[in-house]
Order: sequence, then structure tokens, then C-alpha cells
Amino acid sequence: MNKKSSKKGINMILTIIFSVIAVIYLYPIFMIISNSLKIESAISTKSALSLPTLDSFAGFSNYIYGIQKMNFLSSFFYSLYITVSSVVLIILCCSMCAWYISRVDSLLSKILYYLCVFSMVVPFQMVMFTLAKTADTLKLNTPYNICIIYLGFGAGLAVFMFTGFMKSMPMEIEEAAMIDGCSPIQMFFRVVAPITKPTMISTAILETMWVWNDYLLPTLVLDIKKYRTIPMDIQYFRGSYGSVQMGPMMACIVITIIPVIVLYLFAQKYIIEGVIAGAVKG
Amino acid sequence: MNRSIKKYWPLFVLPTLTAFAIGFIWPFVWGIFLSFCKFTTVKKIKIVGLANYTKIFSDSSFVDALKFTSVFSIVSTILINVLAFTVALLLIRGIKGTNIFRTVFFMPNLIGGIVLGYIWQILLNGLLSKWELPLLALNEKYGFIGLLVLMSWQQIGYMMIIYIAGLQNVSSDIIEAAKIDGAGSFQTLFKVQIPMVMPSITICTFLTLTNSFKLFDQNLSLTGGEPAKKTQMLALNIYETYYSRSGAQWKGIGQAKAVVFFLLVVVISLIQLKITRSREVQA
Repeated sequence: MNKKSSKKGINMILTIIFSVIAVIYLYPIFMIISNSLKIESAISTKSALSLPTLDSFAGFSNYIYGIQKMNFLSSFFYSLYITVSSVVLIILCCSMCAWYISRVDSLLSKILYYLCVFSMVVPFQMVMFTLAKTADTLKLNTPYNICIIYLGFGAGLAVFMFTGFMKSMPMEIEEAAMIDGCSPIQMFFRVVAPITKPTMISTAILETMWVWNDYLLPTLVLDIKKYRTIPMDIQYFRGSYGSVQMGPMMACIVITIIPVIVLYLFAQKYIIEGVIAGAVKG
Repeated sequence: MNRSIKKYWPLFVLPTLTAFAIGFIWPFVWGIFLSFCKFTTVKKIKIVGLANYTKIFSDSSFVDALKFTSVFSIVSTILINVLAFTVALLLIRGIKGTNIFRTVFFMPNLIGGIVLGYIWQILLNGLLSKWELPLLALNEKYGFIGLLVLMSWQQIGYMMIIYIAGLQNVSSDIIEAAKIDGAGSFQTLFKVQIPMVMPSITICTFLTLTNSFKLFDQNLSLTGGEPAKKTQMLALNIYETYYSRSGAQWKGIGQAKAVVFFLLVVVISLIQLKITRSREVQA
């Protein structure tokens, strides 16, 4: 009995300690929101940690300014478009490719599989210059077709994850469908794809986290004067110190992270399962 | 069945294969070739043999970046994994609010490196100036600590999730058996739980080590390599060699640095996998 109550006591203390840590953990995000509500003259290095006062409270003027003057909405659109098109393309093409690899035992399958695994280790700096040049030559340098580059560079992880899952799928279902007169195309979309759905969601989440936040690849491939994704936008404005207004800048950072956090709170279960699935396959 | 799918290879394999060739295979092969050349644009190329590679190590900024990156990777890998494992161990006890804590700790992962770097730059500079200490961009020690804090904040949640999954897979029968055999909680931890979650430890140390070693976005936005390139890591050093230095020889040297960087990543990954894999046990 005594032992039980002492365990309860320890758990209580742990809850308190973790609550304090959780508050500290959230503080950076809170700080950026509080600063985005200050007027320009009240923002300085020293006062970054203090709350806006009655005099320095700016309301939402920074947000309005940021959205209008910094062309933030167009960056948001480009980021969204690039992420959605790339992830859809990666999931579709790589799951088809992975099914071929896991069902056809040929030299092509083997080479492709090992190349994909290999590509996951290669750091981006190794190919950044030549990749940007290749994209230029093939005119793949607009937000509308950069998804082909993302498919190429993101194929490694996706093919690896899909192949891992599909190899463990029982062949009997497909054999039965085959006897019933299914063509390979029908078989893929009617039989294999529905079974693979959980892996598709996990892979889509991992690839979305990568593409949405990616900075260097779009910077090198896209023309920065014409098209900017959100990470490029923030680096671009922050890089040109002095001329940039900090308030609108921080308002843009807040607009960037709020949708991600809201999405996370709704899709938390899938995101965490995606992370675990990715780790198990690795 | 095998044969009927095989006929459809242009549909199933060709799209991915083409994109993979454009996005990875060709740039990779071409990159290796260019590391033996002197070039400013891709039209004027002169093969110089190994000259680029010999010049790398006379460039002191590369050697400094290598040292900084190595120390940072080792310290951050140990710190992140020890903290993440401890948090995971405490959270599987089923204390009140476990779900909220898990949600909060994982959240920073979803924010991109560039944005994270700026948030922390504002926060840390605010703290440093309050304590009347030099700012991040002026003192390499604080730059190092700042990067460490930022990386821990971002990655502990991710690793914690993987450790929680691993620890929950250890069947309670085994822990029960150990307790009956008279093992204390420390013995259970070191002799039973840790060996049983070795696969999770393998993947987490692999992820943290390679993430730290390849770090770019956070490095660029938090310190930008300041002061005087003292907090510059390898990836940023390669980027600067390529795009910020004037002079015909630098692009070739940058590419040679990238090849060395790539080889280092491969060697480190293989050594790390070998060490931790050898300690994995079967239940």
C-alpha cells in the first residue's frame, strides 16, 4: 500500500516537472507571437523577451503590412503548390515503382533498389550545383514543374519504404485477382494501392515535412526574383538586414507556423505513426 | 504473374527512373567528374586531375569547419539521445498529461530549419543582452551552445517518439521476470530494457548523427557562420566556397569538398551502424 502511494507521489512530481518543461518548450513560439504584436520602434534585441505594453501594442498592423508588402500570399501559394504536387507525384510514381521492384526479380529491380538506398545517404551539397544546372537545361526551374526534381531526389526514401512494406504483403491476394482476370494496372489500383494506404500516408507525411520546409533546393533551382517559397522568403528578407522591418517579418513567421501547428494537432496520430513507421523501416 | 507485370515496366518504373536519373544519378556522376576540373560555368571546363583535392586541406576554413562539425555532431548526438531516452522512459510510466507532453515535445519538428534559426536567434540574443553577454554573432562559444540548444529543442521530440515505440514493444513479461529474479530498477534498465531497444538506439543515433553532420539551414539562419566563420559547419562551408567566393578555382574546389563531405558521411554512417548493430539482441 505504502509503495503504491509513493509511486503516485513520484508520478505527481513528474507531472509538475514536465509541465514546467512543456511551458519552457512552448516559450519560443509564444515569444515570436508577442513580438509580432509590437510596433516597430519597440522591437529591439534587448526587449525581445518583454511583452508588448499598452504603448507598444500594434494590433494586427504588422500582419496586414507583411501580407500586403512582402507578397507573402504568393510565397504561401508557391509553397503549397510545390508541396502538394511533389508529394502526390512521389506517392503515385514511387508506389508503382516499388511494386514492380518487389514483384519482378530482375537486374533492373535490384540495381534500382540499391541506388535508392544509396541516394538516401548522399548529402545534398554533393549534387547541388549539377542538379541546379540540369534543372535549368531541362527547363524544370519553375514552381509548376519542380516536382519532377523533387520526385527524383525524394524517390530514395519513398521507394525504400514502399518496397519494405510490399515485400511483406502476401502474394496470394494478387494471384487470386490475377486468376479472376485482373490486368496489372487494375491490380495495382484496385488491389495493391488500397492495402498500401497506411504506408502511403506515412510516406506522404515524411515527404511533406521535407518539401514544405526545404530551403536550399528551391533557392538554387528557382529564380529568386520571380518565385519564392516561404523559407526562401524569410531568408531573403532577413538576410537583407537594416532595410527590413522586424515586426512584419515576425508576423510572417507566425503565419508560417500557425497552419502547420493546427494541421499537426488534427493529424497528430498519423504524423506520429508516420515517424515510427519511417524509423522501423530504416 | 511475374512476366505480365514485367511487360508493363514503362508504366511502372519509367517515370520514377527518369526523374531519378535527372534528380540524382546524372547530377551525382557529373558532380564527381567536375571535382577533377577547373570551371566557372559548365561550358568552360578544364581537367586538372587531383589539384582540387590537394587544395582542400590548405584551405584552413575547411579544416576548421570539419573540426567544428565533428565536435558538434558528437556532442549533439549524445545529448539528444540521452535526453530523449530519459524523457521516453519517464513518459511510459503513464503519468497524468502524457499525451499533452508528447504533443508539445514533438511540435518543433514541424517547423522548418530557417524559421527555427531565426526564432532562436531573436530569443537567444534577447537573453544574452539581458545578461550583458556578447551576442551570438560575436562569440563562437555561444554560437556553439546556441546551435546545440536549437538542435535539442527540435530533435528530442522526434527521437522520444521512436524510443517510446521501442520501449512499449518490450513485453512486460520480460521485465516482470527480471524483477522476480531480483533485478533492481537500474539493473532492469541497463540489462533488459536498453539491450531490448537497441534497434531504436541504432536508428536514433544514426538520424541525429547524420542530421547534425549535414546541418545547413539552422547553421545558416542562427549564426551564418559568424564570427569570422568560426561557427561554420561543413555544408555551409561548401555552399560558401561555391557561391560566395570569387576566383576561377573555387567552384572546382567546392565540388571536391562536396565529394570529401559525401565520403565522410558514408564512412561515419557505416561505422555507426556497425557499432550499434553489433549490440542488438534477439528476444
